[in-house]
Amino acid sequence: MSATRTISVTVNGKAYEREVEVRVTLADFLRQELGLTGTHLGCEHGVCGACTIQLNGRSARSCLTLAVQADGQEIKTVEGVAPSADELHPLQEALSEHHGLQCGFCTPGILLTLLEFLDDNPDPSEADIRLAISGNLCRCTGYQGIVDAALAAAERLRGGAAK
Amino acid sequence: MNMTMTVIGKPMLRLEDPRLLRGEARFIDDIKLANMAEAAFVRSPNGHALIKGIDASAALALPGVMAVLTLDDLRPHLSGEHLVVGLPSEAYKQDRNRPALCRDEAVYVGEPVAVVVAENRYIAEDAVDLVAVDYDILPAASDCRAALAEGAPPVHRDGADNLLAEFDMEYGDVDAAFAGAAHVFGESFWQHRGGGHSIECRGMVADYDKPTDKLVLWNSTQMAHSSLRVLVEMLGRDENRVRVVTPDIGGGFGPKLVIYQEEVVVSIASIVLGRPVKWIEDRREHFMTSTQERDQYWEVEIAVDDAGGIRGIRGSIVHDHGAYTARGINLPQNSGETLPGPYVVPAYRMNVRLALTNKVPVTPVRGAGHPQACFAMERMLDRVARELGLDRAEVRRRNLIPAESMPYTKPLKSRSGAPIVLDSGDFPASQQAALDKADWSGFGARQQAALEDGRYIGIGVANFVKGTGRGPFEEVTVRIGASGRVQVYTGAAAIGQGTETMLAQIVAEELGGEVANITVTTGDTARNSLGIGTSNSRVTVVAGSSAHAAARKVRDKALLVASHLLELPVEELEIVGAEIRAKGADERRKNVWIALADVANAVAGTPGYALPGGVEPGLEATERLLFDAMPYVNGTAVAEVEVDPHTGGVEILSYKMTHDCGRMINPMIVHGQVIGGAAHGIGNALFEWMQYDAMAQPLTTNYADYLLVTATELPRIEVVHTETPSPLNDLGVKGVGECGVIPAAAVLASAIEDALTPFGVRIARAPITPPDILALIRAA
Amino acid sequence: MKPPPFEYHDPTTIPEAISLLGSYENARLLAGGQSLMPMLNMRYVFPDHLIDLNKVGGLDYINTDADGVEIGGMTRQRDIEFSDELAEHCPLLSEAIRHVGHIQTRNRGTMGGSLAHLDPAAEIPMVCAAMDARIRAQGPNGERTIPIAEFALGFMTTALAPDEMLVSVSLPGWASGHGAGFQEFGRRHGDFAIASAAALIEVGGDGKIARASLTISGVGPVPVRIEEAEEGLVGEAGSDGVFDTAAEACGELEALDDIHAPASYRQHLAKVLAKRALAQAWERAAS
Repeated sequence: MSATRTISVTVNGKAYEREVEVRVTLADFLRQELGLTGTHLGCEHGVCGACTIQLNGRSARSCLTLAVQADGQEIKTVEGVAPSADELHPLQEALSEHHGLQCGFCTPGILLTLLEFLDDNPDPSEADIRLAISGNLCRCTGYQGIVDAALAAAERLRGGAAK
Repeated sequence: MNMTMTVIGKPMLRLEDPRLLRGEARFIDDIKLANMAEAAFVRSPNGHALIKGIDASAALALPGVMAVLTLDDLRPHLSGEHLVVGLPSEAYKQDRNRPALCRDEAVYVGEPVAVVVAENRYIAEDAVDLVAVDYDILPAASDCRAALAEGAPPVHRDGADNLLAEFDMEYGDVDAAFAGAAHVFGESFWQHRGGGHSIECRGMVADYDKPTDKLVLWNSTQMAHSSLRVLVEMLGRDENRVRVVTPDIGGGFGPKLVIYQEEVVVSIASIVLGRPVKWIEDRREHFMTSTQERDQYWEVEIAVDDAGGIRGIRGSIVHDHGAYTARGINLPQNSGETLPGPYVVPAYRMNVRLALTNKVPVTPVRGAGHPQACFAMERMLDRVARELGLDRAEVRRRNLIPAESMPYTKPLKSRSGAPIVLDSGDFPASQQAALDKADWSGFGARQQAALEDGRYIGIGVANFVKGTGRGPFEEVTVRIGASGRVQVYTGAAAIGQGTETMLAQIVAEELGGEVANITVTTGDTARNSLGIGTSNSRVTVVAGSSAHAAARKVRDKALLVASHLLELPVEELEIVGAEIRAKGADERRKNVWIALADVANAVAGTPGYALPGGVEPGLEATERLLFDAMPYVNGTAVAEVEVDPHTGGVEILSYKMTHDCGRMINPMIVHGQVIGGAAHGIGNALFEWMQYDAMAQPLTTNYADYLLVTATELPRIEVVHTETPSPLNDLGVKGVGECGVIPAAAVLASAIEDALTPFGVRIARAPITPPDILALIRAA
Repeated sequence: MKPPPFEYHDPTTIPEAISLLGSYENARLLAGGQSLMPMLNMRYVFPDHLIDLNKVGGLDYINTDADGVEIGGMTRQRDIEFSDELAEHCPLLSEAIRHVGHIQTRNRGTMGGSLAHLDPAAEIPMVCAAMDARIRAQGPNGERTIPIAEFALGFMTTALAPDEMLVSVSLPGWASGHGAGFQEFGRRHGDFAIASAAALIEVGGDGKIARASLTISGVGPVPVRIEEAEEGLVGEAGSDGVFDTAAEACGELEALDDIHAPASYRQHLAKVLAKRALAQAWERAAS
């Protein structure tokens, strides 16, 4: 048993204080300690991108971050993406409409990656989007539905024509 | 089925999506039970070794460790030590079933030797590092062809040789066909596939409840009922004392159709400790222990006439089977069976040998032997075209089975013994549509222009067929209860292909038209007494057909009961949403209706009262429609590539497919399946390569070394769908899950070879890597 | 795949970090974590102490002056990517950084972390080699500056002493208007390249090459400068033939042989990419 520390984090706007073992990854902390199991682990070596969260507004691999390193930081996970229990975020809607998910396991990481990307690039090309999600592995979709969804969501977020 | 359909055939949004998009789905690792412990496995680091001793004392002394179990510790709970799961065949020469844990010999890297159970996975992994296993390393067989050679080290030390099985497939007078042929061309191929690599690895939670003596295994498997059967047999338990439930599954792609040692071991760990035990495969374990589909060596000859017409094909396949039989001889059987594919091949003989190797067992990965056969066939046709100076598409056109010959019986038998009958489709039209879409006829000019700019572009074409919907059946129950909602249950697991939505659409077509009123439960052995599972592009065909039949029965009964209750003839009633209404628009009739819930309650029975109309109790039906013949999907891929002759780099400029999977229940889902399959196939063709050294040590066990295709390497994949309804089922459906994969390696090899025409490069293996391409250019 | 146990330290100053590093056996510095964390998760390394630099002040900056740029060791790769200053003064780094991993890893990964890890195919060490970087390191006995040529000792081996930490990297400036060429060949975007080449070219008033730098990375254990090529280019106007000759100067470099590519392939790529990088640099400089 390695040492523990008490940390305070804000996740999806909610403050938490917990004692954690210092070797526990942020991904395991979110999933096991806070019960936020929407963040998934696909490879635990920083390649697949399923565990992508946002740390202070920037996407990051939560399998390559220790929970202790998140002390005092703001985290956003997939559970914090939809505006309410009845509504989905435009990117979530677009993913469903463009069949950008099949098994859905990689989807949380895709969402958190693309949300940051669309903030930085409101009017991206298809190539831009492919580059942006090149750090997220999806075995089901061939990425095409994801790319189409991102294009559609970008347009919607810019206030363009719906769908 | 010629009625007008309102739900089937619509690209409806998937019922699965909202929970997945919100992070509210429940995958196996999301299950957290009170008092749950976590397991990690001690695994062989050697391809082949004797186990002389296991010392777990240091691990057991670690705080937080509850148990370290070896095969000796499992024995009191086992009625059999081996997982006996192989599909039956007379071709086996050796029985090679996996022990639950190694006894005194480990035969592949990653084979489980012992299990550690601890408070959490971190501690369990600490303890795994402390278990000392004394190994005597033995010679290992790595390459399957070498494994069959004289003097090769035996994969199992009690084995005389490494020939697991051998069989022949043959029809027609092959020798006469070759003797009389104008031309005979021989080719040697080596092909590789790779792993399944669902982004969610395998995993399970075993929950043994001592007071009731019941074991529940939550399992990320494609085959809940098979898992149950193995547990019943190996643990010697009653069926009603074991339940296997699948949660949301983060992809399957084949390896999750296999029943694994861990399912038995983790279940026993829960029984021994009297508490829930979770085991989640990590990615490194996936590389070492989830089954893969790998190497085949082909030696084939094709005999043709002067016009390129096929007279006969003969050859042999050596198939890498891995160290154990975890599924059967089905893969090379598929390969051999499907080689003639969509073509008329008058005479055919294939010898198939399965070689044991000291590698993880080989079982289907999406495509299951078909991509290899497609590669071999299409490569041979390119050879024929080149030798005879014919257009590659024209050679194919001359040999494709004409539409008027459908259904077309191949003189081969599937593993059930049934003849192989290509049930429907128009193969020449499929190819022509793909060629037109890709402007095949205009490519020569484009290629010439590019060459003048110093660019090497090429085009390729490949046709395929794929038997889908393998029988015998999949059980579906449709039930309406007091809620008025339609409940649908099937043993087939949902692994991401939209099974819930597909079944809901089929059932809604009969029962009210609203998918929102339908709840689908998949892969739970407590809900269906029988089940086969999810594999072989079968669920839409077998489960979909049973769902359709069951929904019709429920519909007929609901209308009959409602007709008694509303005192109107059945013909004047219809189900609309969750109600049964009188047909017609007049005001009086608008008020004549009854809720499905009330109909269900009426036949659920009230003590002492008769059921309306004297019907049987309950508003439900269970169907297990039987299927033997398989509906065949067909399609064509045309790809354009650019090859950099200085680096060997390949860029796919366009990738177009035609695809006919019969009636599409949900075209959006079908489209996604084909594109996803194509991406998988492109990955197999150009990137994925599970490498081993001569000691059968895996060399590519992380995602930096084993390359899955990402968004930046893929072109936009265009698919044109045709719907030729299958005559084999009422829905007219065929399967779809694996089809996109099949022609990918073949079409890309064809295109790359075409791009490098000035160099005379010949491609005979896949994956096709830049260093290989450069070496071929230099050698040419 | 969970990290083994370790003790965790999160100093807030450089002296504190150095003091911790000096007082423990088997301690590792944790920067952005994009290389060390996977190694921990896979249990390839078992440090007893992890010293996290993420809270250390004064290590996250990009300073530009007449001599060039200085980049703090903990500067995130993503900040380098977004820096307009670097785009102007150091276009090679700006371009190369986009090939380092992916958005998510660049958000965490750092300049110093990548350099100290010294993967043979990594882009940052290559840029450092191409630009004659000077690495500022601090240890218990004070500070020293190490030229990149003396820093990159061998396969994933740096000149940093066990009790030293990398503080900053200085990239001496190239004349305004110089051309930068960057070419890498990897299997997928974001992968470590199988081989890559970086070229810098300054054109004099006579329209001839006044200064050149050519670096090959991913081929051998550390990035290498092709000095013979650099010398031969000076005084020449860029042309196919000139760049061919320069590329040929790569000769048969010491090359890695691994699952991704045989040594001979890497040696071949070195020449192909060298020529392309030079042509690109020339084109950009000339324009």
